Amino acid sequence: MNHIDFSLVDWSRAQFALTACYHWLFVPLTLGLSFIIAFMETIYVKTGNEEWKRLTKFWMTVFGINFAIGIATGLILEFEFGTNWSNYSWFVGDIFGAPLAIEGIMAFFLETTFIAVMFFGWNKVGKKFHLLSTWLVAIGSNLSALWILVANGWMQLPGGMKFNPDTARNEMVNFWQVLFSPVAINKFLHTVSSGYVLASLFVIGVSAWFLLKKRDMIYAKRSIIVAASFGLLASVFIMLTGDGSARAVAHHQPMKFAAMENLYVGQQNAPLAAFGILKADPSAPGHKKMDFRYLVEIPDVLSYMAFLNPNAYVPGIYDLVHGNPAHGIPSYNERIAKGLTAINSLAAYKRARLAGKDSLAAASLTTFEANYSNFGYGYYANRDVHELIPSIATSFYSFRIMVFLGLHFFALLLVVLILTVKNKIETKKIILYTALWTIPLAYIASMLGWIVAEVGRQPWVIQDILPTIAAVSQLKASSVQLTFWVFALFFTALLIAEIGIMLKQINKGFNA
Amino acid sequence: MFESLSLLSLQEYWWLIVSLLGALLVFLMFVQGGQTLIYSLGKTEEERTLLVNLLGRKWELTFTTLVTFGGAFFASFPLFYSTSFGGAYWVWMAILIAFVIQAVSYEYRKKPGNFLGQKTFEIFLVLNGLLGTLLLGTAVATFFTGSAFSVNKMNLLDLTSGNMPIISEWKGPAHGLEAALNPINLSLGLAVFFLARVLAILYFMNRVNHAVIMERLKKQLLHNAVPFLVFFLVFAGWLLFSNGFAVDPKTGIVSMEPYKYLHNLLALPVVAILFVLGVAAVLLGIIRSAFCFEKCHTKGIWLSGTGTVLTVWSLLLLAGYNHTAYYPSTYDLQSSLTIENSSSSHYTLTAMSYVSLLVPFVLAYIWYVWRAMDKKKISTEELKSESHVY
Ligand code: HDD
Ligand code: HEM
Ligand code: HEM
Repeated sequence: MNHIDFSLVDWSRAQFALTACYHWLFVPLTLGLSFIIAFMETIYVKTGNEEWKRLTKFWMTVFGINFAIGIATGLILEFEFGTNWSNYSWFVGDIFGAPLAIEGIMAFFLETTFIAVMFFGWNKVGKKFHLLSTWLVAIGSNLSALWILVANGWMQLPGGMKFNPDTARNEMVNFWQVLFSPVAINKFLHTVSSGYVLASLFVIGVSAWFLLKKRDMIYAKRSIIVAASFGLLASVFIMLTGDGSARAVAHHQPMKFAAMENLYVGQQNAPLAAFGILKADPSAPGHKKMDFRYLVEIPDVLSYMAFLNPNAYVPGIYDLVHGNPAHGIPSYNERIAKGLTAINSLAAYKRARLAGKDSLAAASLTTFEANYSNFGYGYYANRDVHELIPSIATSFYSFRIMVFLGLHFFALLLVVLILTVKNKIETKKIILYTALWTIPLAYIASMLGWIVAEVGRQPWVIQDILPTIAAVSQLKASSVQLTFWVFALFFTALLIAEIGIMLKQINKGFNA
Repeated sequence: MFESLSLLSLQEYWWLIVSLLGALLVFLMFVQGGQTLIYSLGKTEEERTLLVNLLGRKWELTFTTLVTFGGAFFASFPLFYSTSFGGAYWVWMAILIAFVIQAVSYEYRKKPGNFLGQKTFEIFLVLNGLLGTLLLGTAVATFFTGSAFSVNKMNLLDLTSGNMPIISEWKGPAHGLEAALNPINLSLGLAVFFLARVLAILYFMNRVNHAVIMERLKKQLLHNAVPFLVFFLVFAGWLLFSNGFAVDPKTGIVSMEPYKYLHNLLALPVVAILFVLGVAAVLLGIIRSAFCFEKCHTKGIWLSGTGTVLTVWSLLLLAGYNHTAYYPSTYDLQSSLTIENSSSSHYTLTAMSYVSLLVPFVLAYIWYVWRAMDKKKISTEELKSESHVY
C-alpha cells in the first residue's frame, strides 16, 4: 500500500506556492508593459517622431529582461502539475489539460515568434509589420493569461464536467461552461487589469526617478502620460472586477468569503469590517477562531456587497463548520458523511461491476451520484473538521491591504495624470517620491491578491471535490524538500541578477 | 466534423500530433546542440558572441515547443502526465532545471550588473545543451524499454488508513534516474545529443558569414556525425530485434511479443516509408554538406532537419500505434500505458481536435517570420549595428 505522509503534502504545497509566487513576480509587468510599449510604438509610427522610437526601445529593453525570467519560472509551473500533483493530473486532467494545451498553441507561440521580430526586426521588416508584431506580443501574453486563469477559475468553481466511474475521473461535458464560468471571467479581467496597473505604476515610478534626478525629463514625462492614462483606466476596472470577484467568492466559496471577512457567526444585515485588528481566541476548538482586537464596521454593507441586498444572510465560519439548518447549511460532519458514502459507493460499484452484479452496480452508482458533490469531504473522515478552515488572519489582512492599496493607486494615478497634463509634475517632489515608492506596493498588492484567492480556498485543490491531501504524487517528503530548496536557491539567484541588470539598464537612460 | 470520429480514431489522431510535436522538438534542439559547441567553435569573445546570437534568435521556439508538447500531452493523455512526471521525478526535474537556466542566459549573459558573471551564463548554456538533449533522449527511450511503475485507479477509493492513496506508484527509489543506467536508453540519449550538435553545425553553416568559424564547422561536422550514427544504429538495431509490449485489442491485456517493433514497421507501411525517408534525408544532408561543401553547405540544415522530424515522428508512431503500449511498465505489464487506456475523453479530444486546426496557421506564421528575419547571413560586423544583442 502506498500511503502519503503529511509533510509531503506540505512540502508540495510550499514548492508550488514558492514557484507560483516567483512566476507572479514577473508576469504582471509582462502583461501591462507589453501594451504600454505597443501604445508608444503606435505613436511613433503615427507621428514618425524618432524620440518615441527611443522611448519604445528603452521600455522594450526593460520588458526583455523581465520576460526572460518570466518564461524560466513558468516552465516549472506547467510541469509541476505532473511532477508534484500527479493524482490531480489524472483526476481532472481531462478538463484541466485542455486550457494548458490551448495556451501553448494559441498564445505562447504568438508571443515567442513575434517577440523575435520585436527585438531584432527593426532593420529587417517594415515599420507596419514591426508594429503589428509588438501588438501580437501583447495580445499573445494576455491570451496566455486568459487560458491559465480559466484553468484556475475552474478549480475554484468546477463546472461543465461529469464524473465517470469507469475511468475514475472527471470528464469534460461542456467546454463553454468551463470557459465562461463567472469565476473565470472575473478572474481574468481582474488579474490582467492588475497587471496593467502594476506596469503603469512601474513606468511612472521609474519616470519619477528620472524627474527627481532631472535627467531625460521629456522622455520621462511622455512615459508618464501614456502609463497614467492607461493605469487610471485599468485601476477603475480593477475595482469593478474586484467587486465582481468578491461577489463570486461569496456565492461559490462561502468559507473563503467568511475568512476574508473574519465573520465567525453568520448574520443578516452583515456589516463590512472596514478596518480591523485580529487576536486569536485560544479557548476555541481547533485554535482557529479570531476575535477583533479593534474594529471599524460599516453596517449592512457586507450583505449588500455580497448579495446586493442589505438584508441578505451571510454565513459565518461557525455556521459553515457546524451547520445552520435555519438557512439550509449542512454541517461539515454531514458533508464528510456524504463524501464517505460517495467514496464507498463508488468502490462498491467497481466491485459489483467486476463481479458482474449489474443491479447492485446500478444502485451503488445512484448512491454515488447523489453524494458526489461532497466527494472531497470524504477524505476528511476521522480527521479534525477544523482542518477545513483556511488561515483566517492571512485571508483577512491580505484582502484588506490589497483593497486599500487599490484605492491608493487610483488616487495616485489620478493626481499624477492631472499634474502631468498641467505640466507641473516635476515640481512636486512628494508626489514623485510617492510614485517611486509605490512600485514595491504594486507588487505587494498583486501578490496579496493571489494569496487571498489561493490561501482562502485551502484545503481544496478542486473546490469540494479534491483536497490537497488526495492530489499529490507519491514521493518522499525529503525529495520535494530538496527540490524546494533548489528552486528557492536558483530563483533567488536569478532574481538578484535580474534586479541588478534592470537597475543598470534603467540607469543608462533613454539615450543609451 | 471530429465529433463523428470514434474514440480510437481520436486517440490515434492525438498520438499523431503529440508525436509530431516531439519530432519538431528534437529538430529544434539544434539550439541545445549549438550551445555545447560555443567553446569549440568560438575561440574569441567576438566569435562566441556571434554564435550565441545566432542561437539566441531561435531558442524561444525550441522552448515553446517543449512547453506545448507538455501541454498537448497533458490534454490528450493525462495518465502519462501523472504517471511519468510524478514517477520519474528526478529525470524530469533535472530536465526542467536545465531549461530554467537556459531561459535567462541569453538575455543576461552580457548585460552589465549581472552578479553571476558572463561565464556562469555560458556554462548554463552548455549544461542545458548537454542535459537537455541527453536526458530527453533517455526519457524517450523508455517509451520502448519501459520503466518500473504500477497504476491502479482504484487506489483513490482506499481509505483504510488516515493517509491518502495514490493512483500511480513508481518502484524503486531512484525515481527515473535508473533509466540512465540502461545502455539502450543511453545510446538513444547520446544519439540525440550528437544529432543536436550535427544539426547545430548545419544551422551555423546556413547562417554564419565568418571564414574562420566556417573552417571549424567543416571539421566538426564529421566528428559529430560519426558518433551520432554509431549510437543511432545501436538503438535502431536493438529496436528492430527486440521484444515489444503488445496489447490485445479485444481484452486490453499487455504481453511481450518478439520483434514487436519490426512487426509494427511492416504493419504500418506509411510509417515505414517515413522512417526510411527520414533516415535517408538526415544522412544525405550530412554527406552533401561534408563532401560537396562549396555548393551544398547552406542547404544541409533543411535536408537533415526535415529528415530528423520524419525519423523521430515515425519512431514515436511505432511506439503507440498498432496495439502497442507506448509507456510500458516492466514491473507490472498490465499497468502499461496505451493510447487507449491513458487518453482523455471523447469530448475533450474532440474539442482539442478543433484547436489543433490552428497548428497549420501557427507553423505558417513561424515559417514566414523565420524567412523574414533570416534573409541575410550574419557576421561580427553586422552584429555591431544591431540594437538588441545577446
Ligand atoms: C495572469 C497571468 C499568468 C498566470 C496566472 C500564469 N502565467 Fe505563466 N505566463 C504568463 C502569464 C501567466 C505570461 C505573461 O504570458 C508569461 C510571463 C512571461 C512570458 O513569457 O509569458 C508566462 C510564461 C509562462 C511559461 C513559459 C512560456 C513560454 O515558453 O513562452 C509557462 C510554461 C507558463 N507561463 C505556465 C504557467 C502555469 C503552469 C501557471 C499556473 C499554474 C502560470 N503560468 C500562471
Ligand atoms: C492561474 C494559475 C494557477 C493555478 C492553476 C494554481 C493552482 C494551484 C495549485 C494546484 C495549488 C496547490 C494546492 C495547494 O498548494 O494547496 C496552488 C497553491 C498556491 N498557489 Fe496557486 N495557482 C495558480 C496561480 C498562482 C499564482 C500566480 C500565485 C501567486 C503568486 C499562486 C499562489 C499560490 C499559493 C500561495 C498557493 C499555496 C497556498 C497554500 O498551500 O496554502 N497561485 N495553486
Ligand atoms: C480595489 C479594490 C479591489 C478589490 C475589491 C479586489 C477584490 C479581489 C478579490 C475578492 C479577490 C479574490 C478572488 C478569488 O478568490 O477568486 C482578488 C484577487 C486578486 N486581486 Fe484584487 N481587489 C482589489 C484591488 C486589487 C489590486 C489593486 C490589485 C493589484 C495591483 C489586485 C490584484 C489581485 C490579484 C492578482 C488577485 C488574484 C487573482 C484573482 O483571483 O482574481 N487587486 N481581488
